[in-house]
Amino acid sequence: MTDAAQIDDHMPEDHVPDRSKMSVSDEVAIQIDNMNKWYGEFHVLRDINLTVNRGERIVICGPSGSGKSTLIRCINRLEEHQKGDIVVNDVELNSDLKNIDKIRAEVGMVFQHFNLFPHLTILENCTLAPIWVRKTPKKEAEADAMQMLERVKIPEQAHKFPGQLSGGQQQRVAIARSLCMKPRIMLFDEPTSALDPEMIKEVLDTMIGLAEEGMTMLVVTHEMGFARMVANRVIFMDEGQIVEQNEPEEFFNNPKSDRTKLFLSQILGH
Amino acid sequence: MSSDTSISYVASGQIPPSPPPAATTGVMGWMRENLFDGWMNSVLTIVSIAAIVLIVPPIIDWAFLRGVWNAGSLSECREIVAAAHGEGVRGACWAVINERFNQFLFGFYPTHLYWRPILAFVLMFVALAPVLFTQVPRFMLWFSLIYPVVAFLLIWGGMGLEPVESAKLGGFMLALIIGTTGIVASLPIGILLALGRQSSMFFIKTICVIFIEFIRGVPLITLLFVASVLLNYFLPPGTEFDLILRVCIMVTLFSSAYMAEVIRGGLAALPQGQYEAADALGLNYWKSTRLIIMPQALKVSIPGIVNSFIGLFKDTTLVSVIGLLDPVGLLNPIRADSNWNGILWELYLFVALFFFIFCFGMSRYSMYLERKLKTDR
Repeated sequence: MTDAAQIDDHMPEDHVPDRSKMSVSDEVAIQIDNMNKWYGEFHVLRDINLTVNRGERIVICGPSGSGKSTLIRCINRLEEHQKGDIVVNDVELNSDLKNIDKIRAEVGMVFQHFNLFPHLTILENCTLAPIWVRKTPKKEAEADAMQMLERVKIPEQAHKFPGQLSGGQQQRVAIARSLCMKPRIMLFDEPTSALDPEMIKEVLDTMIGLAEEGMTMLVVTHEMGFARMVANRVIFMDEGQIVEQNEPEEFFNNPKSDRTKLFLSQILGH
Repeated sequence: MSSDTSISYVASGQIPPSPPPAATTGVMGWMRENLFDGWMNSVLTIVSIAAIVLIVPPIIDWAFLRGVWNAGSLSECREIVAAAHGEGVRGACWAVINERFNQFLFGFYPTHLYWRPILAFVLMFVALAPVLFTQVPRFMLWFSLIYPVVAFLLIWGGMGLEPVESAKLGGFMLALIIGTTGIVASLPIGILLALGRQSSMFFIKTICVIFIEFIRGVPLITLLFVASVLLNYFLPPGTEFDLILRVCIMVTLFSSAYMAEVIRGGLAALPQGQYEAADALGLNYWKSTRLIIMPQALKVSIPGIVNSFIGLFKDTTLVSVIGLLDPVGLLNPIRADSNWNGILWELYLFVALFFFIFCFGMSRYSMYLERKLKTDR
């Protein structure tokens, strides 16, 4: 039922992901044990257990309201979990502000709506955190930022403001902004959901490049083509819990749970 | 037949761009669109022009062509107008402004020390320049920082300068002292109150809410009476606590409560994503507030902030009620003078002109700032 040609229509044709460049190490990057979270009375995340090794590319999918965004937002403390443990880069995530800042500086995040700072130029967006958090000298931060902007292929936009860029360009700037902090882990929260089809390609292309460089990535997305060709693990969530996880090939061709089957038929069937 | 009803269509080529029709551009286009767009608009335009023709020339006649600039009293003014333009014709008697000009500017400040408030006034613009215009070199901000001390010494004396007591201060100088103090001090206090009101810390939040709601719920004039009368009862006997200082504090507190609400509106206009992006990059609370949140919130709030500033500046005239001789407070003693008894229009117009110049200036500056900070195109 899952014909590859049918599902990867947003994948860039000229950039076939090279899996041989993506290697997973034994080192643990993120360790989540029995994590639970409630919004008031509502139990959004239930007994989440997840170990992410360095170099893994994990795609998290599931129907809306399943808690997938909340899960990755717990990893950099945009959301607070009430029970269980999260350890990121060997730092325990608790209410200690120092630990939170340490983790946030090491974990980059890309949002659905880009969240660039509209009052700063593209270059300033990229240099702000290195200068104020990492205390990088301005010159050096600017040189780094230009390098990152070259990498996402928009150095010529450096002195424009976010409002003057297209959605795809803004999202690539958002990726560059995160990369300027030299993160060891990148979180993507539906990075292509707000984009037009032709812009999805350029963002996915950038993300494939990151994967090929060995970045540890957690990606919440509905881009099943990306999941199939880049991820080493696909996680399906529903109603606040991890329902199924597997290697992409197995996940798409041979889903075990009924809920996964239903979800896949809905998302891939049309 | 079949080709007529077919829905199939292919463009035969790219249509080259052409200029818009001449009647829709230029002066003619503008007039057609804005003045004579339909019969209703045309009638309104004609009525408006007629009203302007009817009203403006007589005012100009009265104020300028028949205005008298030099005379010793109102009756002398009237004689001069009657002699020049005939019996029963009215003309403005600006002579009163001419005679009392120094009093309007300085109140009862010692004449030989006029240079000091004048210098303070000029230096005020030097101090404001780097704050208002980013083109001015940044090191000038140091002067802006020490300016309040400089201005205080110049106006009240001290450190070798001949002291002048507060009771002698008055006129536009007093309005400017209270107005600028209130404006400059209320913005930072307002920012802190707005942040406090959004704080997740219960006590800070409660204190800010109570302060804002209390101050906003009380008329300014009440606060001024508190400053002038009641405060003396609460302070230990013998404390000399300058009345103008007390008034400045009250005006500042009053306007900072309004400022806080205006800025809170700006904060509320920011998408949650901005806070999240700042957090995700590892910026702590104060850094993200200073670098990300406040620049955007203040930009959104500019019209409201300047609105409060203008309101505050004009509210300084209320101090005349507690006996301070601001421009409005000076009007009664002038009108009580037998020479000028009965004069009205000229005095109020002059005071109005002064306030208009400053308020209009603030308004224009805010529009300039909004244009400058526009980054979305």
